[in-house]
Amino acid sequence: MIAALRRAGSGVLWYLREVSGEADYDRYLARHEREHPGTPPLTRREFEKRRMDRAQEHPQSRCC
Amino acid sequence: MSTETPEAPDSPPHSPAPDRGSRFTVRSALIWGAVAVVGAVAWGVIALSRGESISAIWLVVAALGSYAIAYRFYARFIAKKVLEVDDTRATPAERLDNGTDFQPMDRRVLFGHHFAAIAGAGPLVGPVLAAQMGYLPGTIWIIVGVIFAGAVQDMVVLFFSMRRDGRSLGQMARDEIGPVGGVAALIGVFAIMIILLAVLALVVVNALAKSPWGTFSIAMTIPIAVFMGFYLRMIRPGRVMETSVIGVALLLLAIVAGGWVQESSWAPAFTLSPQALVIALVIYGFAASVLPVWMLLAPRDYLSTFMKVGTIVLLALGVILSAPMMQAPAVTEFAINGNGPVFAGSLFPFVFITIACGALSGFHALIASGTTPKLIQKESQVRMIGYGAMLTESFVAVMALIAASILDPGLYYAMNAPAGLLGTTVESASEAVNNLGFAITPEALAGAAAAVQESTLIARTGGAPTLAVGMSEIFAGVFGGAALKAFWYHFAIMFEALFILTTVDAGTRVGRYMLQDTLGNVHKPFRDVNWKPGLWITSAVVVGAWGYFLWAGVNDPLGGINQLFPLFGIANQLLAAIALTVCTTLLIKTGRARYAWVTAVPLAWDVAVTLTASWQKVFSSDPTLGFFAQRARYSAALERGEVLAPAKDLDQMGTVVVNSTVDGVLSIVFALLVIIVVVNAMFVWYRALTSTEPLGSSEAPAVESKIVAPAGLIATPAEKRAMAEAGSRE
Repeated sequence: MIAALRRAGSGVLWYLREVSGEADYDRYLARHEREHPGTPPLTRREFEKRRMDRAQEHPQSRCC
Repeated sequence: MSTETPEAPDSPPHSPAPDRGSRFTVRSALIWGAVAVVGAVAWGVIALSRGESISAIWLVVAALGSYAIAYRFYARFIAKKVLEVDDTRATPAERLDNGTDFQPMDRRVLFGHHFAAIAGAGPLVGPVLAAQMGYLPGTIWIIVGVIFAGAVQDMVVLFFSMRRDGRSLGQMARDEIGPVGGVAALIGVFAIMIILLAVLALVVVNALAKSPWGTFSIAMTIPIAVFMGFYLRMIRPGRVMETSVIGVALLLLAIVAGGWVQESSWAPAFTLSPQALVIALVIYGFAASVLPVWMLLAPRDYLSTFMKVGTIVLLALGVILSAPMMQAPAVTEFAINGNGPVFAGSLFPFVFITIACGALSGFHALIASGTTPKLIQKESQVRMIGYGAMLTESFVAVMALIAASILDPGLYYAMNAPAGLLGTTVESASEAVNNLGFAITPEALAGAAAAVQESTLIARTGGAPTLAVGMSEIFAGVFGGAALKAFWYHFAIMFEALFILTTVDAGTRVGRYMLQDTLGNVHKPFRDVNWKPGLWITSAVVVGAWGYFLWAGVNDPLGGINQLFPLFGIANQLLAAIALTVCTTLLIKTGRARYAWVTAVPLAWDVAVTLTASWQKVFSSDPTLGFFAQRARYSAALERGEVLAPAKDLDQMGTVVVNSTVDGVLSIVFALLVIIVVVNAMFVWYRALTSTEPLGSSEAPAVESKIVAPAGLIATPAEKRAMAEAGSRE
């Protein structure tokens, strides 16, 4: 029972992190490690700045 | 929608050819038989109760049962037989994965993104207005429309865009129909954007006018969003959840504080006229368009998405737990005689114009050909994301309809008829409602306003206040009782205004980019979205355009919603006509002509609706319905120096003449755009069907997919086995 609740809780947390884009940086780090091993990755601050700059160039419209 | 089939799939994810129909098992037959029976019983109850009120639960059951059957059978048929989705083929997200624009995203996460992008105030506002014809026409259209038109459009557009590396609707229209179709699509997109923003902003203005509580709460969302923006940028980069939790807490505080402000000496400062609110909104829209997105737009979007999903879930729980009774009649006489006070026109075509989002919304085609196709992991997931997300939006629309229909009809009309008809006192409103054939006493009207701590509820048009009263009724029935009614009312107003303003922000920006892109053809520097003069000029043009309609709507003596909402509906359905035409053209050109009816039938329906509505709006001799008849009546009176009610002076007479001319001309333009696109496409269809040469394909080349992922929400046992073999995890 407690294990099931814990699983559900971590599932919800996983989902929220993914949907909100908070997990993007982790994914970036994994990808960076795979594709450019040995080079320093962007810091979180720099990564988030670039992410916002990208959002600036490609605004997503919201429907009604 | 958790309507995944419980049975094993017919083909493992790696089998190349689509399967040959469903395998019949006794278990699945029993389950789906039961779903069908329960849904049919609910429809039966709705259909057969005349004159006695029924529980809202029946609508919920009928909707969910129909969605489940449609998703299981029709959506699957479209995916497998019509589109022939092929999971051996890599999606653009897999082939072009660059970690940013293109990357495979978990289907459940993508569903959330897609749903948040398609669902906004539309499914909440349209059904409330359409409730003037009774709850039955709206309910049937929302459910039948989504199954055969809206969800089909979203899914098919998503599929074709995905096969073309995420091309936009406008690009596909140009590629498949030709330059004329492409230009018409571009104008259509821009026009609907402007009207959409104006109408949505009008909903906000009507909800906030003269309400210091609401105005204060909404005004506070701006500093809250800016704070969140700086927090995310400077203090805790990327910690979106933490920031959102703080933001939502501040937001709830702002709602509570609105109540204090209303009682305090600050109240006059936040009691704004509609005109003052328009000016504030225009300034805000301009600022949001020129400021960097991280400062205002992005944090606002986080807030509004969390609030949106949270409130929708709360509403669903509230409806199911409190099981309210429907108070509105099933069908009112306005459905037949077309003299309704909320908007003019009879059931056909105006129910289908008024309820766009939730049943069939052309705007979704922009989202389905925007970012979603670039992020989808597997082809088969178009069913869950395209069709499934739209079913979910439709369910939101059903709940909005319920929230409006559980109100006393007298109160409904007192809130939704234009001010010119109702007057300003509870006595005059009560009398006007009686003249409409419904009843509400002045005391009851005053009491309803007092219960939600508003100074008045008379002529609070636009749908948002009505929905908020309905929601406060439902919420108060489950959480907190009558004492919390005012809080829930303002909570509902806040949540609607919040995401309408997010749409206004984002829409203004998207409109400005479109304009910059177009003007870039004439003068190159415009194309650079960061070029300051271009940025300022195009922002001002877009804001000015919707600001004009908003201003006209606020000052229209006939009621802005009454005049503009049909135009918004027509524009949205026009875009749907363009999207369905593109889909039908692609079905024909890609050798799927025998299944072209899947989109051609909804297209025919949509064209019939749009053109009938346009025809009536242009040519009807009834001045409440036809814009030009209205213009003739008022300009003739103006020449004689007469003042016709509801106008109060000659200036207002002039306003009516100008507005009806502009609205009438727009109706003509919209109708012509539909005709141009459809007729142009018909020539393309004819050529494609009679061509003996093979047609060139506009699809991206097929590349074998390496990703193994489930098609639906819940992985089937076979999908789990395939994933385990491939070493991928959920």
